[in-house]
Amino acid sequence: MGTKRKRPVTGKKKGRASGVRLLVGTRKGAFVLTSDGKRDKWDVSGPHFAGWEMYHLKGSPVDPNRIYASQTSGWFGQKIQRSNDGGKTWEPIGDKFVYEGVPGTHQWYDGTQHPWEFKRIWHLEPSLTDPDTVYAGAEDAALFRTTDGGQTWQELPALRSAKGHLWQPGAGGMGLHTILLDPSNPNRIYIAISAAGVFRTDDAGKTWRPMNSGLKSPYQLPDPDSEVGHCVHRITLHPSRPGVLFMQKHWDVMRSDNAAESWNEVSGNLPTDFGFPIEVHAHEPETIYVVPIKSDSEHFPPDGKLRVYRSRSGGNEWEALTKGLPQRDCYVNVLRDAMAADSLDPCGVYFGTTGGQVYGSANAGNSWKAIVRDLPAVLSVEAQTLA
Amino acid sequence: MIRVLLPTHLRTLARVGGEVQLDLQNAVTIGAVLDGLETAYPVLRGSIRDHVTLRRRPFVRYFACQQDLSHEPLETRLPEPVATGVEPFLIIGALAGG
Repeated sequence: MGTKRKRPVTGKKKGRASGVRLLVGTRKGAFVLTSDGKRDKWDVSGPHFAGWEMYHLKGSPVDPNRIYASQTSGWFGQKIQRSNDGGKTWEPIGDKFVYEGVPGTHQWYDGTQHPWEFKRIWHLEPSLTDPDTVYAGAEDAALFRTTDGGQTWQELPALRSAKGHLWQPGAGGMGLHTILLDPSNPNRIYIAISAAGVFRTDDAGKTWRPMNSGLKSPYQLPDPDSEVGHCVHRITLHPSRPGVLFMQKHWDVMRSDNAAESWNEVSGNLPTDFGFPIEVHAHEPETIYVVPIKSDSEHFPPDGKLRVYRSRSGGNEWEALTKGLPQRDCYVNVLRDAMAADSLDPCGVYFGTTGGQVYGSANAGNSWKAIVRDLPAVLSVEAQTLA
Repeated sequence: MIRVLLPTHLRTLARVGGEVQLDLQNAVTIGAVLDGLETAYPVLRGSIRDHVTLRRRPFVRYFACQQDLSHEPLETRLPEPVATGVEPFLIIGALAGG
């Protein structure tokens, strides 16, 4: 894995007339940030749903003005909102998430079995081909789907049959946080759960398999090579090569070249291999980004320096990207869903922090600028490239 | 006519400014008020009580005439001043900081 790879280039969207829209979910509302193709000046709209935790917002790839948002509250439960005009106006849609059949049990912290209980939707993933079809990742971990634009949601229950009784919540809960739809195979979906690991279906959700071979979690699991139970923080892929996946695990940055059949560590020279997000460059499938975090208890960058690390070789060799980022007294975190890339040329990269800053780079990470500095803690960032 | 006072977030969700007014045909019980409220404002379903079990959400409380009715069964009749619209039925987001 140490050998350098060629850097393929794919899917560039030329044109300064294009724009970018960032969908930012925070602990106290949602914000929509928009800019033209230069990505220098930004308009900030929000807070939408002020006071609510906005876990995630994402637009449909086939209708970017169709945006779905997960709105949640410890007091008032789960709501789902939909916009048909790019986030200007919103309407509440269906929010009834009911586990299929008898919910069953999963492992609890003391080793006993604990009933599945719905808490919230962590992640929404609109279909690549149909604006009315959306997947939703839940805590307690399960995958739901709507095919009617969000009016009704049905669970894909076979996922929890993939050794669900052995899954256990991490400190942040047992959430299904990543949903990757394979653009080359409509029947293949990858999902990731904290703390259960990666799972894949090749039949549109009828059956699922744990895909955690090669992950090692010493001192976290009784069996460090366990088939399930790994604390996967995030996985990602480039649409041009959907069989190549990258992972930020609790500890370790990993890579799979065989559709998650096996994983190899590519942490290389990172200052720490703990972190949450991982993102791929829009046009260079071997260029990936992580934000190393000092440890799993401190949850802030090493030495108070906020550094994004970029590898242009698909892992192992990493360079620190610091220009424009605070290099002293910085003790924020970047959460798993809070990093995104646009598909303009050069590729834009964005991330939000628990300190309320959203940073953007219009040159693939070479330099950064704070788009906003004082939002509530950022939970998620998605980038939409607008025609 | 029954008056219902909602917490801020639920007023925003239901897109109502102040009190909500309901006309109930039958006995004015806690359950009847909640049913009427959710029928008039379907977006509130799941936000006050669970979609399926209909159990009150943990940090939501019910008050009427300075009485905490949160633990009373849904069949409980509300006090006369609430049933006649003199006093509102209060749905409150509990203080739950720490």
